[in-house]
Amino acid sequence: IIFLGMKCPNSTANNKMTSLSAKDKDTVKAFWANVAGKEEQIGCDAVSRMLTVYPQTKTYFSHWKDLRPGSAPVRKHGATVMTAVTDAVSKIDDLTGGLLSLSELHAFTLRVDPANFKVLAHNLLVVLATVFPNDFTPEVHVAMDKFLAAVACALSEKYR
Amino acid sequence: MVEWSENERSIISNIFSNLDYNDVGPKALVRCLVVYPWTQRYFSSFGNLYNAEAISTNPKVAAHGIKVLHGLDRALKNLDNIKATYAELSVLHSEKLHVDPDNFKLLSDCLTIVIAGKLGSAFTPEVQATFQKFLAVVVSALGKQYH
Repeated sequence: IIFLGMKCPNSTANNKMTSLSAKDKDTVKAFWANVAGKEEQIGCDAVSRMLTVYPQTKTYFSHWKDLRPGSAPVRKHGATVMTAVTDAVSKIDDLTGGLLSLSELHAFTLRVDPANFKVLAHNLLVVLATVFPNDFTPEVHVAMDKFLAAVACALSEKYR
Repeated sequence: MVEWSENERSIISNIFSNLDYNDVGPKALVRCLVVYPWTQRYFSSFGNLYNAEAISTNPKVAAHGIKVLHGLDRALKNLDNIKATYAELSVLHSEKLHVDPDNFKLLSDCLTIVIAGKLGSAFTPEVQATFQKFLAVVVSALGKQYH
């Protein structure tokens, strides 16, 4: 299925995400344990990079006083995003169900173009590479990339 | 015509002058073949690409990674004329190698991540923006001769 420009994993009738293998899920959970305690730093850095490297994303934050890297609203938003991703890791066996209300928020209130989920995911991966140069191996990278794509799909569920 | 500020030129120059091609080249290509396995379609002559372990120890992959990374040197030396500089390589990738140009972006994302891993906090948002701009211009030039 290609939905809103993204390839979404096949869903069974029970709406389970079948494209993350057991190994993918284990890899994500094991790697994400490294993030504990660094959520704010990582989240802030990812959002800062997104706003700097992809200036079109700033259009969603015109209500912030300060969009500079590391500013207070950027730091706060980074923490919010990371809390949600950490929560998604805990709900990795049912992302669609687990992220339902977040999907409704993004679909009806925030109306973020879903192409931007990929943009934020890329910047999060870049930060993870800088913070965990030895642990962010190619195998971890592919599992995390798949996971973040699955999260993006779950977030897009309610768009139309 | 792409404009480069003095700051951007110096950022790009610094990244490459401190680059260990023999390390980064292989790492970037390995990562691309592992994270985006369909890219393996272009390397059927490389032997064992069955899993991440095999890919990361494959000498042909390593050699090719180094070659591809050195391919960026031309852009570095011709920042103000990247499009013309890559015309021939673009024809090669299109007519002879038959590479889907979408793959160029995949490799460039992997290269960005490898460089991020090497530079750590020195890979600031500003450096990342400049490096990604550089790679985007190269990728665009490589796709220009496709028809």
